[in-house]
Amino acid sequence: MKDAMYTIQNFTQIDVSGLLEKVQNLKSEGYRLGQICGTPKGSEMELLYSLDKDLSLLNLRLTVSYDASIPSITGIYWPAFIYENEIHDLFGINFTDSKLDYQGNFFKLSKPTPWKQQAESEKEGA
Amino acid sequence: MGKSTIIPFGPQHPVLPEPVHLDLEIMDEKVVRAIPSIGYVHRGLEKLTETKDYNEMFYVIERICGICSFGHGWGYTLAVEGLMNVDVPDRADYLRTALHELSRIHSHLLWLGLLADGLGFESLFMHCWRLREKVLDLFEKMTGGRVIFSICKVGGLRKDITPEMQNDVLKTIKSLRNEVNSLTKVFLDDASVKNRLCGVGKLSKTEAVDLCAVGPVARGSGVNNDIRLTGIGKYLDLGFKPILEEDGDCYARCKVRILELYQSFDLIEQIMLELPQGPVDVPVKGMPPSNDFIARMEQPRGEAFYYVQGNGTKYLQRMRVRTPTNANIPAMVKTLQGCDLTDVSMLILTIDPCISCTER
Repeated sequence: MKDAMYTIQNFTQIDVSGLLEKVQNLKSEGYRLGQICGTPKGSEMELLYSLDKDLSLLNLRLTVSYDASIPSITGIYWPAFIYENEIHDLFGINFTDSKLDYQGNFFKLSKPTPWKQQAESEKEGA
Repeated sequence: MGKSTIIPFGPQHPVLPEPVHLDLEIMDEKVVRAIPSIGYVHRGLEKLTETKDYNEMFYVIERICGICSFGHGWGYTLAVEGLMNVDVPDRADYLRTALHELSRIHSHLLWLGLLADGLGFESLFMHCWRLREKVLDLFEKMTGGRVIFSICKVGGLRKDITPEMQNDVLKTIKSLRNEVNSLTKVFLDDASVKNRLCGVGKLSKTEAVDLCAVGPVARGSGVNNDIRLTGIGKYLDLGFKPILEEDGDCYARCKVRILELYQSFDLIEQIMLELPQGPVDVPVKGMPPSNDFIARMEQPRGEAFYYVQGNGTKYLQRMRVRTPTNANIPAMVKTLQGCDLTDVSMLILTIDPCISCTER
């Protein structure tokens, strides 16, 4: 694999209790919020917060249950409302104290949500 | 002070090529608040990861958007190559860079046409899209497709280009450069165009940073943010430097895109003249391991994320794309606040929203 900046991947596991403090510290250091990604993993959900500073990425990973309440980071990064509402609408994860909560109306989909991960036996050719 | 009124903007609107809905709260012809909602073209493409293997997913990813299809395919292959520790040959990297820059020209010309249409300047719109056809013709010669190319793959490219195609590319770029010169004069110097764009939809550098804006929206406000500087493709070898403007208004965002056209012409010419010989792919063995990789790509509209998580099988555990319009919606919402109702269409256009990308 060639040695370039884009190949450097920084993943750090954190707890829900430390999320706001960690994100606040990163904002103070000049980091920009790149995305929040939700990954269904069986009975749990993995949330990945990707932040960028000078084109270098830092990824904070949280593992939470579907019924957990995650503190919203919209008080620190207002644009996070896009990702938090998306994760709420598609996967059913709740974010508390959001600065812009669509109450489940951000995505207007014809299929019912939240989506759960498909069983291995249902995959094509599996 | 008048009474506030809600005006629905979209999902079907003359300036919107794709459906997005905004509730515009208006008071005295000024926008007080804009509330976006999306989902009209959501296709659940990311969820298909559960039923398509990592090679099949490439064809799904390319179909996220018909304008930046090559970039989506390249971003996804970069992520899977990172996950599987695959190095692609130099020639493939050069050609991927050239194809991506051709996509940027195609996208920016399309956008300039839409802007002209939004201004009511029909002949300018037609000229922009006429030039765009020349780029699509080149794509057809090089890849066999005009919208979906399927030339990229994990490990390199599916097919090479011939020396005759290299000459065709150089000839077309030369002719495009001459024709874009005349369009540039209209977009940047014409009084009626400047009246609609100058000073409208201002986004300061601080606001662009706070709102995590990306692409020409951020660079039009002086934010030096361009993923081409992270070592993807051959940009660093080609001496790439981002184009920045400081004013942060609709005109600055338009100017960034026009100057990026010339930059793409330069990069493609340089690539065609320096293209190394050699293979365009390497064999890829095994399955994506249980690990994560994030690749980022500078799409014509800005930074896009391609996150892949393997689980040791041919299926990925997760594939996620965060597109540039996703990141620019907050900037659009903020700049709409306080603008005149008549400027709403220009402001939305200069963000260059791609809703198919946003919803996937």
